[in-house]
Amino acid sequence: MLNYIIKRLAIAVPTILVLIVFSFLLMHAAPGGPFTSERAVPPEILANLEAKYGLDQPLYMQIWTYIKNVVFHFDFGPSFTYKDRTVNEIIAQGFPITLTYGSVAFVFAVIVGVSLGVAAAIYHNSWLDYLAVGISIGAQVLPNFVMAPILVLIFTLWLGWLPGGGWENGEVKFLIMPVIALSTSFMASIARIMRSSMLEVMNANHIRTARAKGLPTRQIIFRHALKPAMLPVVSYLGPAFVSMITGSVVIDMFFSTGGIGLFFVNAALNRDYSVMMGITILIGVLTILFNLVVDIIYAWIDPKIRY
Amino acid sequence: MKTNLFISAAACALLAMPTMAATPMEGEKLAAEQVYTYRLLDDIKSFDPQINTDVEGSEIMRDLFEGLMNEDATGGLVPGAAESYTVSDDKLTYTFNLRDAKWSNGDPVTANDFVYAWRRLVDPATASEYAWYMELMGVKNASKVVKGEVAPDQLGVRAVDDKTFEVTIDTALPYFAAMTVHGSTFPVNQKVVETHGSEWTKPGNLVGNGAYVLTEYRSGERVVRERNPMYWDDANTIIEKTVGLIVNDENIALTRYLAGEMDQTDIPAGQYPRLKAELPDDTYSYPRSCSYIYWFNQGEKGNPALKDARVRKALSYTIDREVVVDRILQGGQYQSYNFTHQKTAGFELPEIDYASWTQAERDAKAKELLAEAGYGPDNPLSVKISYNTDEAHKKIAIAVSQFWKQKLGVNTELANSEWKVHTTNMQNGDYEIARYAWCGDYNEASTYLDLMTSYSGHNVSGWSDPEYDKLMKDSKTMADPNPNYAAGEQLLADNMVFAPIYQYTGIIMLKPEVKGFPIDNLMQNWYSRELYIVEK
Repeated sequence: MLNYIIKRLAIAVPTILVLIVFSFLLMHAAPGGPFTSERAVPPEILANLEAKYGLDQPLYMQIWTYIKNVVFHFDFGPSFTYKDRTVNEIIAQGFPITLTYGSVAFVFAVIVGVSLGVAAAIYHNSWLDYLAVGISIGAQVLPNFVMAPILVLIFTLWLGWLPGGGWENGEVKFLIMPVIALSTSFMASIARIMRSSMLEVMNANHIRTARAKGLPTRQIIFRHALKPAMLPVVSYLGPAFVSMITGSVVIDMFFSTGGIGLFFVNAALNRDYSVMMGITILIGVLTILFNLVVDIIYAWIDPKIRY
Repeated sequence: MKTNLFISAAACALLAMPTMAATPMEGEKLAAEQVYTYRLLDDIKSFDPQINTDVEGSEIMRDLFEGLMNEDATGGLVPGAAESYTVSDDKLTYTFNLRDAKWSNGDPVTANDFVYAWRRLVDPATASEYAWYMELMGVKNASKVVKGEVAPDQLGVRAVDDKTFEVTIDTALPYFAAMTVHGSTFPVNQKVVETHGSEWTKPGNLVGNGAYVLTEYRSGERVVRERNPMYWDDANTIIEKTVGLIVNDENIALTRYLAGEMDQTDIPAGQYPRLKAELPDDTYSYPRSCSYIYWFNQGEKGNPALKDARVRKALSYTIDREVVVDRILQGGQYQSYNFTHQKTAGFELPEIDYASWTQAERDAKAKELLAEAGYGPDNPLSVKISYNTDEAHKKIAIAVSQFWKQKLGVNTELANSEWKVHTTNMQNGDYEIARYAWCGDYNEASTYLDLMTSYSGHNVSGWSDPEYDKLMKDSKTMADPNPNYAAGEQLLADNMVFAPIYQYTGIIMLKPEVKGFPIDNLMQNWYSRELYIVEK
């Protein structure tokens, strides 16, 4: 197992390097640059800017310098758009916010989604099943960019219960709407995957045996059915967790949370190369890490899997 | 406001001019809490006056710092950090007499602070995107410093003594003093900048000479500035605290405004008529110094048909501006037949022929011109309109393509692209017809008209005319440049270098309790210290 983990981490290094090089090239291939603006910057000023940010170097030198700074100094460079700040600062400030609302939304989505899915499977074809399926389909088809304004309309304008946006260091009342808006569609997917996987497991031989032994239903579900039924859900949760904690542009845009989601999208639009690279690397590392975590959990859940 | 805006007579001081401050009217009772909360569209890119490039940053800059001159509620020039100024006989040397004022850390504001900031703007080491502004101001050696040909200390600025700041410019500019209202000319405290380096704009480090200090900045969330007790006119300031809430989505911002979380927000496109009917006391539409046009590319990479002025005219004539303004935009915008925003200070709107025609007359003339140019049912014209992705630009492009199809039988292809791609294409001359908008840097017509000269870096049309260049050059030294501006606009219309479409209005929601917001200022240069909040 330890060998396996070390091997996986070793493969991660070249993967990240390839990611850096590819992202770098793709970004520079896009038309326009960080200093393209409505008012064309005169050539002499552009030259000064490019010199300051090292854009006057040949591309391979830029990539090399970048990798060197990241690897040896953990320095992701200055932002090209937010000129008073460095990428390290932007991520250090925004990522904890995204991580907070993302994790809470994740836990919420898993608890509600799994419960809904299990309930629907156990009471298959009952009103509870229909209700659970109805909720999950409803939640799935309602994208968060539609839901966010509706939430603000209801809870801020009509009811006056919650502030319409802001973060305030994660105070609960500022957290509620972002969490609901972010978790809903994940919750819906988890519920659907859980339901179908649970239905399948409930018809499996070992469950039939357990029933034949006369075990109480509760024990069958919690001891024998839940764990194997979780497998497909777990494989979904890895990438889902990463996408939740690396930020949602919609959440940051609508709720002014200050997370990195909006920075990521704006960086692409503004050609803010360094911020774009920084967040891409962050997401890449987290994706690799959580895929590994998922694989480890797999081995724990399913005794058949051995590394 | 035409008179007195630009005082060109030598040695004419501004001593008698009033300064600004929040001045409640008689009978108005101030609210107990003087906090002004408004919406910011995006995160602030920089709090450094010499680095900032955007409008929202400038609003904050005007609170945190103070330049030589300020604008009053109608856009008129009033003294700022300078109490008065004098101009030499040759109009090339400006001497600003600074008032006794302090930085927010208690240091006195001196002429050296201005010298330092102005050199900093053009210093290649600063790499300011707005270094061109000082070139535009014509400050001696500005271009050479930017190019690295001479050292920054060769810039035509000097501190005669602590309270006297002298600027030498290359050519007389009647509106030079007005240009010092711009944020990139604001002073910075050398000691603070050098002590903290790149950290100097962080709340706590940032020291300004404006009426407010930066007390809180939460990226992506909000910017807070609070009253600066060191400000020279603090006694006449009323607002204690100004909060900018960063709300990216305009509809959410509107909802939050309606829920009472904000005192001011922008009105999303198309919602002005409804809000005006529902909340007439909160909705405002006022002129805003931007002009919306369709470039016709007459360069090498453009559509050859567009090199013919008759074709360009036919296309422009058939655009029904009334439909664009009243049916699509619905925010009180102005139909446009020229380039300069018609509310620009001192600008007299020239009589452009087709502006006074009826739409039917324009259409008839257009058909005639297009037929003369050789296009008709047998040989239909095909063109391509490029615009950056945006709902309003799309609606206008669709409407225009329909005008052209129905009235002239012209086939139009619509192409939208992301903003940076669109801009790059325009600047490279890779387009046929492109949507563009220019916003004035200062409240004078040359901020528009200089754009169309052959030596302007912004003229992407491929058109140039020595006569036009001469008109603009000569206008710089004229007591009344209006005849030249009118002639310039006439040349643009005769050649139909671009199709003017509309001129902007700002449409905002503003709580009726908030007073002193300068809606009559074309540049919307507002200062928190001019505002105050009355009891409901």
